[in-house]
Amino acid sequence: MTVARRKFDAVIVGAGGGGMRAALQLSEAGLKVAVLSKVFPTRSHTVAAQGGIAAALGNVTEDNWHWHMYDTVKGSDYLGDQDAIEFMCRQASEVVYELEHYGMPFDRLENGKIYQRPFGGQSQNFGGAQATRSCAVADRTGHAMLHTLYQRNVRANTQFFVEWMGLDLIRDEHGDVLGVSALDIETGEVMILQARATLFATGGGARIFSASTNAFINTGDGLAMAARAGVPLQDMEFWQFHPTGVYGVGILISEAVRGEGGYLLNKDGERFMERYAPHAKDLASRDVVSRAMTTEIKEGRGCGRDADHLLLKLDHLGADVIKARLPGIREIAIKFAHADPVREPIPVVPTAHYMMGGIPTNFHGQVVAPYKTGPEEVVQGFYAVGECACVSVHGANRLGTNSLLDILVFGRAAGNQIIEDLKRNTHHKHLPGDAADKALARLARLDSQKDGENVAQVGDMLRKTMQAHCGVFRFADLLKQGVDKISEVAERVKNTEIRDKSRVFNTARVEALELDNLVEVAVATMVSAQARKESRGAHARDDFPHRDDDKWLKHTLYFSEDRRLDYKPVRLKPLTVESFPPKARIY
Amino acid sequence: MKFSIYRFDPDKDEKPYMQDYEITLEPADRMLLDALIRIKTVDDSLSLRRSCREGVCGSDAMNINGRNGLACITPVKGLREPVELRPLPGLPVIRDLIVDMTQFFKQYHSIKPYLINEDPPPETERLQSPEERAELDGLYECILCACCSTACPSFWWNPDKYVGPAGLLQAYRFLADSRDQATAERLDYLEDPYRLFRCHSIMNCTDVCPKGLNPMEAISRIKTMMTKRTI
Repeated sequence: MTVARRKFDAVIVGAGGGGMRAALQLSEAGLKVAVLSKVFPTRSHTVAAQGGIAAALGNVTEDNWHWHMYDTVKGSDYLGDQDAIEFMCRQASEVVYELEHYGMPFDRLENGKIYQRPFGGQSQNFGGAQATRSCAVADRTGHAMLHTLYQRNVRANTQFFVEWMGLDLIRDEHGDVLGVSALDIETGEVMILQARATLFATGGGARIFSASTNAFINTGDGLAMAARAGVPLQDMEFWQFHPTGVYGVGILISEAVRGEGGYLLNKDGERFMERYAPHAKDLASRDVVSRAMTTEIKEGRGCGRDADHLLLKLDHLGADVIKARLPGIREIAIKFAHADPVREPIPVVPTAHYMMGGIPTNFHGQVVAPYKTGPEEVVQGFYAVGECACVSVHGANRLGTNSLLDILVFGRAAGNQIIEDLKRNTHHKHLPGDAADKALARLARLDSQKDGENVAQVGDMLRKTMQAHCGVFRFADLLKQGVDKISEVAERVKNTEIRDKSRVFNTARVEALELDNLVEVAVATMVSAQARKESRGAHARDDFPHRDDDKWLKHTLYFSEDRRLDYKPVRLKPLTVESFPPKARIY
Repeated sequence: MKFSIYRFDPDKDEKPYMQDYEITLEPADRMLLDALIRIKTVDDSLSLRRSCREGVCGSDAMNINGRNGLACITPVKGLREPVELRPLPGLPVIRDLIVDMTQFFKQYHSIKPYLINEDPPPETERLQSPEERAELDGLYECILCACCSTACPSFWWNPDKYVGPAGLLQAYRFLADSRDQATAERLDYLEDPYRLFRCHSIMNCTDVCPKGLNPMEAISRIKTMMTKRTI
């Protein structure tokens, strides 16, 4: 079968903050860019980010990027690469000012500067007093940022392929990346998008868990495409459980609530975080707070009939502050928890939120993998940024408001790197004749499958398995069973069947393809988690409760083809400053 | 619970029809979107857009018992049965509840929805007082779901010429921004019998906005700006 083909200088898969920041760089440089997105760009999941963007502007309290760097290294439980972290924190102010110049409607201080609020894990002077570093647009920072970036891309005439889904990464016999095969969801047509540079900005995959703050579209598509094409996935055992998802629904309640002065209570009305983190209390790192909450529930101090959640109190902030600074939260609480936070607390529970792992890259956004010369050889023509990438700036635990920063800094950096690389790579490489065969075979299998598995049911089994076997606390026996169970799910995914065979906007087909991707992410997670025999950041093992720097201060690399694991060292050496050596992590 | 849902698949249907569904809701099915996902587990051919399921992405706008809204923040309890679901009115249907929004976005793009300021940017942020910033409240929060524009009879009649409430709300968002320098250019573009003045203050837009925004008021503010500059 012949497949239509189009050529671009660069193809970007994903139109969230990272993809659009990179696209802007390329469009403004006059390159021919195609940005593919499963949804209209402003519907990407960046839209749901609430609390803010970290940058040491120092508008409220004294601050500098070096303190921010320290907090990020400590927050990562020392698994973050310090060169990349320095790179990110140094550029933070610049990318935030740039966003303001693009028109971002930041909240303002009396002196007209950008409003900043405190957030978890942010300190002054290397672990001293609480810092005020999070640049915010009420509690809708992601929404404002995504729309601002889209608007700027409209100005730059970026070409979007809206409601197109990437199917597979195309590599040649040298392993160089040549583009992607993609599905036009509206017409059902498959096309090859050939490019001299291919950038993945496909976001996260926390839809592998039953209780997730993530949008339906967060199915780890980029990771699965990379994994199927032989690229390893890094640090997949590290998933952030956000302390405050709405109980029973999963929708995110921003850490900004605690940044503005809200706090958590157990059934005795005790502000229990004082026991777990005497200094930072409710603004300790997210992994610390989620573990404390899970422990409270496990020890019988949870709230409600089933003692299975906790309460987030903020009425003491007063109606004015809540309405001005947290209007979106109030709306969510009223609609989804039937609680008006002006008067009553919000029932919350730790909820899967963010994937620290992903496609391994350096801080230029270039994908790196072990090949001939070492563990971090550049995969030619392939780039990744944002949640789908693992630079790694978040290590074993991401700090709140560092994700929006991550996508701005590395979206721009990858854009600049692509511009440079394309000056040297002036021609498209030869496209193999079988470039789309794998994707076409998968679609053909799905269309002809008889007596197969139900996509919704298998998806449900996948999510329940991950939730039960790979949650906030991890246990040896549950992980071992989890590997078996998720392998069983993976077998069933091979035989999914859809009844809808229409070519036009076939969402059943899209969901089946997404399940193919989810299962890649789920297996990588379970296998990586079972192997890491220590507790670090968000990976908390019951049988190995302590961090073990002698054996485990290293990144995991998971290879899909044989589920093999490999490891590579953490980059402890920053670009210009002294290294922050691992030490006990106390909040 | 009973539903009656608009179905049309151009790949096989000659014309649209209404299909009845009856399903038993689980306690976790609080919103209309939960119910639709439950229906989809029985009939995977039912097609709709959805993503964030919390009312911020704007994907799942549809006509619910005659009124435009977002399925994900419409409580399913209390809806009149059978719940009649149709695609947003006035736009071409691609399939089932999915409409072609090309025209809607074309109008949004037409108003230059980006900050225009030709001064070289300062080293740090451009300053804006809290009062100036407050002018953008109720404007920047738009999620481009199209509930308003597709509830507007003027937009139904002239979707190619009338900017529509969503586009005009965003036009005002930039007119109201103290950092924007293109006021004259923006007003010039809108000074047209169709682009702005097809608004006849019917108020459907404000009535249906799932985010509680007021496009009607933004439109009248643009008209005031227009009048003021002629004096």
